[in-house]
Amino acid sequence: MANVFAFAEARGGELRKVALEAVTAARTLADATGGGEVHALLVGAPGIAAKAAPLGTHGADVVHVCEHPAFANANPEAAAALAAQLLKSTGARAGVFAASAQGRDLAPRVAAKLGVGVASDVVAFSVQGDAIHAKHPTHTGKVIATLALTGTPALLALRPNVFTPKESAKAGRVETIAPAADPAASRVVVKEMRGGGKAKLDLSEAPVIVSGGRGLKAAENFKLVEDLAAAFGNAAVGATRAVTDDGWRPHSDQIGQTGRVVSPELYVAVGISGAIQHLAGMRTSRTIVAINKDKEAPIFKLADYGIVGDVFEILPPLIEAVKAARASRG
Amino acid sequence: CEFFHMGEARVKIAVCIKRVPVMDVRFKVAADGKSIDETGLKYDVNDFDLWAVEAALQLKEKTGDGEVVVFSLGPDAVQEQIRKALSMGADRGVQLKADRVTADPLSIAKALAAELKAGQWDVIFFGKVAIDSADQSVGPMVAELLGLPCVSAISSLEIANGRGTAKRELESASEIVEFPLPVVLTVDEGLNKERLPNLKGIMAAKKKPLEVKPAQLDAGTVNVVAMELPPERAPGRIIGEGAAAVPELIRLLQNEAKVL
Ligand SMILES: Cc1cc2nc3c(=O)[nH]c(=O)nc-3n(C[C@H](O)[C@H](O)[C@H](O)COP(=O)(O)OP(=O)(O)OC[C@H]3O[C@@H](n4cnc5c(N)ncnc54)[C@H](O)[C@@H]3O)c2cc1C
Ligand SMILES: Nc1ncnc2c1ncn2[C@@H]1O[C@H](COP(=O)(O)O)[C@@H](O)[C@H]1O
Repeated sequence: MANVFAFAEARGGELRKVALEAVTAARTLADATGGGEVHALLVGAPGIAAKAAPLGTHGADVVHVCEHPAFANANPEAAAALAAQLLKSTGARAGVFAASAQGRDLAPRVAAKLGVGVASDVVAFSVQGDAIHAKHPTHTGKVIATLALTGTPALLALRPNVFTPKESAKAGRVETIAPAADPAASRVVVKEMRGGGKAKLDLSEAPVIVSGGRGLKAAENFKLVEDLAAAFGNAAVGATRAVTDDGWRPHSDQIGQTGRVVSPELYVAVGISGAIQHLAGMRTSRTIVAINKDKEAPIFKLADYGIVGDVFEILPPLIEAVKAARASRG
Repeated sequence: CEFFHMGEARVKIAVCIKRVPVMDVRFKVAADGKSIDETGLKYDVNDFDLWAVEAALQLKEKTGDGEVVVFSLGPDAVQEQIRKALSMGADRGVQLKADRVTADPLSIAKALAAELKAGQWDVIFFGKVAIDSADQSVGPMVAELLGLPCVSAISSLEIANGRGTAKRELESASEIVEFPLPVVLTVDEGLNKERLPNLKGIMAAKKKPLEVKPAQLDAGTVNVVAMELPPERAPGRIIGEGAAAVPELIRLLQNEAKVL
């Protein structure tokens, strides 16, 4: 029997999907070690407690909520202090974070406070005797390493969109918790948040990604990519480094070795050559479609469905066809 | 520049760099089943660490005077990467000698922190992530061990009057953060483009000091027990040419891939 900690990431006063993924995985770990309690930590501005319930119905036995105005934005110093304290006070055997932008900042801080290592970007885990084993992609996704974590607690940061949130029969209880370090005294302070409205589907959560490359020729032609994404309805827009370098799209849209790593159900590569550094970010997509006028483009080596031709000729009818296909499904 | 650390007039900057394999190869798992077969691999400085070096050099240039010191933990081969940073313009290098680099980022962080502790650095730069081990952990860990503030994965940076402002990219959003010095910063792509070493730099680098010290590496609590290659994808398939192929694509997405 072992307790497991989960950090429930929120932004702008709302839980993020990765928070449900973390508590679901924590539940799995607790059950695998004989059925301990899952302790989730949710920090946010006053009012965040009203958002705690889904954590309870996705596997948390106790949701510890800390409300403070200085938790309105990410506050990793104060959050790490509180997470470390809770991991200790609950005697947690393991701690689960999201390998999101915020989680990958937070987990190593907590690990260093507790004197343990951390497995980042975890895509699978299991309990093996006294150790917890975690698989994570290394070498730009070309190798999968299995790590044995022998410290207590074993900390894992889970790759987003890999562990599906699962509802459980129980509803956990919500308790308030005081900060471990004054959130208003943190040295690093977020002065401004840009973007992040709820409407925009993020690359890490989107089931479909439509990505554009230099083959689109100009920034304004990304309208075609956006329209195709809109036609799918559940799609986000990605880009290659050639495109982000030229400032056609922000760097946060870049997929690849030095950008984001994504694994959607469907990846549509439009005017993308398929350089090895780009493939590093999308190789594990379930289905890959490529549209490129050069039939020798390396992207065709791994595209499940390739169309050779001009994007400006193919995209307009494709957009209409996707719309029609979705409309006929209702 | 009296605003920097302890009233020193010179800015003191540390940069931690890692030697990593060049990734454009097909890797092989070694006979032990838990490491990479290193035969024939080429090595370079981790991409993100080149941007960290560049950030350090730009900061020194902007403040007019100072010192950029490069640290790398690993076998003697890492001296090649330290020399590269020196040829870009860093002032001196330190190798923390360890024949094997452990898989536990905390062990590495502890060894680096032990060395960095007494340095009175204004800024300690790291890369956001080492693209081989892909931990994205060592920078924030060192900050925690040294009790320093930390901003990770920055894609813009301004430092003036002993304080800094940086941008961090989040999923579909970004945040602007303010921080005091001294600070630990980890560098994302987009902050800068690294300069290429020129001939003069390469010649000068040969004469710059490179100190070798033993690394204080503990065994850690994270070990690699297996490595495998991910399953190969089925070979690609071209289904047609031009707009005429659109109906077939829709059919395959609906009936075969079942994603539409
Ligand atoms: C250290 C390092 C890290 C890198 N990291 C990344 C990364 O994270 N992500 C990334 O994407 N890249 C990365 N790169 C860059 C990578 O090597 C490629 O340069 C980049 O991916 C190319 O982008 P692209 O496919 O858009 O452009 P190109 O390679 O120029 O390809 C454009 C393609 O469009 C096709 N095309 C042109 N016109 C049309 C048309 N009218 N209709 C249809 N097709 C058309 C062409 O046939 C061509 O195949 C990195 C490189 C390095 C060295
Ligand atoms: N062996 C090493 N020597 C020096 N710096 C390192 C080493 N390993 C990691 N780092 C630094 O820590 C960063 C993050 O590494 P990681 O946490 O392994 O992804 C790297 O970009 C380097 O700046």
